[in-house]
Amino acid sequence: MASSPKLNSRIPEGTLENKWTKYRSTVPLVNPANKRSLEVLVVGSGLAGASAAATLAEMGYKVKVFCFQDSPRRAHSIAAQGGVNAAKNYQNDGDSIYRLFYDTIKGGDYRAREANVHRLAEVSGNIIDQCVGQGVPFAREYGGTLSNRSFGGTQVQRTFYAAGQTGQQLLLGAYSALQRQVGMGAVTLLARHEMLDVVTIDGKARGIIARDLISGKLERHFGHAVLLCTGGYGNVFFLSTNAMGSNVTAAWKAHKKGAFFGNPCYTQIHPTCIPVSGDHQSKLTLMSESLRNDGRIWVPKKKDDNRKPTDIPEDERDYYLERRYPAFGNLVPRDVASRAAKERCDAGYGVGSSKLAVYLDFAANTERYGKTEATKKNIQNPTKEEIMRLGKEVVKEKYGNLFDMYAQITGENPYETPMRIYPAVHYTMGGLWVDYNLMTTVPGMYALGEANFSDHGANRLGASALMQGLADGYFVIPYTIGAYLSEEIRTKAIPTDHPAFVEAEKNVQDQINKFLSIKGSKSVDYFHKRLGKIMWDKCGMARNKEGLTWAIAEIQKLRKEFWSDVRVPGDANEFNPELEKAGRVADFIELGELMCIDALNRNESCGGHFREEYQTEEGEALRDDENYAYVAAWEYKGESQFELHKEELKYENIKIAQRSYK
Amino acid sequence: MSGNMNLTLKVWKQKNKNEKGRFETIEAKGISPDMSFLEMFDVVNEKLINDGKEPIAFDHDCREGICGMCSMYINGRPHGPKQGVTTCQLHMRSFKDGDTIVVEPWRSAAFPVIKDLAVDRSSFDRIMAAGGFISVNTGNVKDANNILIPKDDADTAFAAAACIGCGACVAACKNSSAMLFVSAKVSQLALLPQGQVEKQDRVLNMVKQMDEEGFGNCTNTGACEAECPKEISLENIARMNREYMSASFTQNK
Repeated sequence: MASSPKLNSRIPEGTLENKWTKYRSTVPLVNPANKRSLEVLVVGSGLAGASAAATLAEMGYKVKVFCFQDSPRRAHSIAAQGGVNAAKNYQNDGDSIYRLFYDTIKGGDYRAREANVHRLAEVSGNIIDQCVGQGVPFAREYGGTLSNRSFGGTQVQRTFYAAGQTGQQLLLGAYSALQRQVGMGAVTLLARHEMLDVVTIDGKARGIIARDLISGKLERHFGHAVLLCTGGYGNVFFLSTNAMGSNVTAAWKAHKKGAFFGNPCYTQIHPTCIPVSGDHQSKLTLMSESLRNDGRIWVPKKKDDNRKPTDIPEDERDYYLERRYPAFGNLVPRDVASRAAKERCDAGYGVGSSKLAVYLDFAANTERYGKTEATKKNIQNPTKEEIMRLGKEVVKEKYGNLFDMYAQITGENPYETPMRIYPAVHYTMGGLWVDYNLMTTVPGMYALGEANFSDHGANRLGASALMQGLADGYFVIPYTIGAYLSEEIRTKAIPTDHPAFVEAEKNVQDQINKFLSIKGSKSVDYFHKRLGKIMWDKCGMARNKEGLTWAIAEIQKLRKEFWSDVRVPGDANEFNPELEKAGRVADFIELGELMCIDALNRNESCGGHFREEYQTEEGEALRDDENYAYVAAWEYKGESQFELHKEELKYENIKIAQRSYK
Repeated sequence: MSGNMNLTLKVWKQKNKNEKGRFETIEAKGISPDMSFLEMFDVVNEKLINDGKEPIAFDHDCREGICGMCSMYINGRPHGPKQGVTTCQLHMRSFKDGDTIVVEPWRSAAFPVIKDLAVDRSSFDRIMAAGGFISVNTGNVKDANNILIPKDDADTAFAAAACIGCGACVAACKNSSAMLFVSAKVSQLALLPQGQVEKQDRVLNMVKQMDEEGFGNCTNTGACEAECPKEISLENIARMNREYMSASFTQNK
């Protein structure tokens, strides 16, 4: 298989270990005087956006940052719980850059680019240094050094964390660096602004159209480069762990202007979320993967066992992950853990009123911690109650906020009874196709963090999203953007009365007018929920040819209905959340169709993409490396029309094998 | 469905910051006790839209208590009756069938109303831009474990850093003071060795900006601490006051 001529991944020559170091030292630079006249637009203010904007401004570029929230600090990176990986080997447990690289490629089921992943592993250590320098309060040991824990798909402890609020603390670190630049006048901050189109001139990205969400006014902004740091598209499923506002609009508009969309069907379903409780539910809440360090997952051995979990004796419990995957046990990667939970529930062993849940039980480790504490405190022959009380204190310190959140939502006390959990949509590995420089197929337009497709293959390992977002923003784009901007130093700021800006703004205005003029009978949410149900049923944890074919036809029907029967109240020149949602759902509908097309095209199972037709006898994912070891990059060719381009994935440093966690 | 509740909402409606607002009475029917407060608003809004009326505008995003975007003043209390939770994590099981619930936006001169229950909190961003950071450019750092920090200091800094910037402290305060918010950041950085170099400038600049934004002063009532969804401690204000005093007396600028 050869890669499509339209896809140049620009992977530098040289050995894997030296590619990035050598490239970084040879990529063209922009001198400080020229940087001052080059403008960069950064859309999105999460880990990738805030870190990129702050760093580019520190370097001297003129930067504008856009976010739809009321403050950059609210971007959804804030909700990441468990931690951030880095190959520091502080625990002396044999970790190394190569191991992090290897775990990530294997975890991604051999569908990620070697060169990108190795670079990610190389800069991972710098991220921790940077964050500590900014005052991020990571968890520490009594000696004052940093503490680590384990995440799925690894056998070392390389995850740095701040209780269950690691994303919050990392984002606030990046936000403080960003606000420092805002205070110095190097960054212009445009909060409550939503990007609604990208402006291209002579094939290059030259700016964006944004809507001021308070006044409703459309604005034109010129930039020598545009960075999309707009996160993932999990909300296409309506119910996900994403924030309510998380959306695909910026990436989708870019796609329609020429940026190829990479591997749209790769979706991560996270195994440990609080189960759906009713029709009213607006979102799902994650319980961090870090809980699998100390929580054991089980279901009763008997079908329809309605006893209280604490009344079910040990030998009548099926710790199915420990049984099926003894080497990794409860810490298998997310895709494996999710499928195993679905398998048990489908087979009739699920628990709770919906029977769509499994137990996550902390009793055994609470007891273990309690015993250790009793020994430390010199308590001879402690009673069971005493041990459990001491153990609960340890568990509380590690996961207190998560336990509180669980209690708040379910009304149950997880210190006393096991949590009930079920998989939910959490992250999207797919995204805009980018080259090694993080540039999309539209020159001058970049995609960073979850918005791009590049580092996680078909399944992302836990605590690697924070790593990638910050790697892209702090340590990759500041260098790689030079390759493009060094050629742009003669480009003067293009006036925004240029016909391309006028036309792009008119298209956005027309779409807004259209929404308000339909005056149909159904709310935006009504259509969003219907789309979500189609996607979850047919393009969720398990997919097949028949279901996907049906889904594509159904989504096309849904789109027609949406455009003739949606009701958007209010008007365009005001704060109008329903209008904002309408634009996002319109794009989700189109994306949903492409996701199904991509899933249908990929006649294999890999990572988060599980096609029922392609599985081993034991029910594991069955890859087809001969025919599908490629990135599927889709080009937009008009309504419901997409052309497939393939980027061949070459593994020169890793032996490609069937993924085993047994 | 059994167990569902019927409630009466008295909700603040205001078209924009220039127009006068008023309370509007809206019935919320068939509300499940498992819904969150915001999901109850989703149901109410869906009905308003279907009836051809304008939905109620409110801020919200993550719906898991961490982004700090939601901001309702419920029955006279920011984020409602429960201790230590945001509005999005407040569940309807905290209310009874037949209750009347009064919902207002945050009220403070420094938080102008945008529409209905949504307010403008950009003043917080400007306070952060005035000094809520450690001045360290990307790459300009040493190995993370070269800075040893006593666990207790790290834990106290973390507790202060847990602030989500929602503004409940301001809404709760009779003086509209932002001292709990500002002191949380000042404390976090003052407790860490990395924050020592700029500690004087930081506290002086942040407090100056806080005053310019029109926030009131602290009179030690403690409503902020009581209403804070992240239970940020009042001790942070004491620490900030000490930092401020010492900086004012010793700074040679």
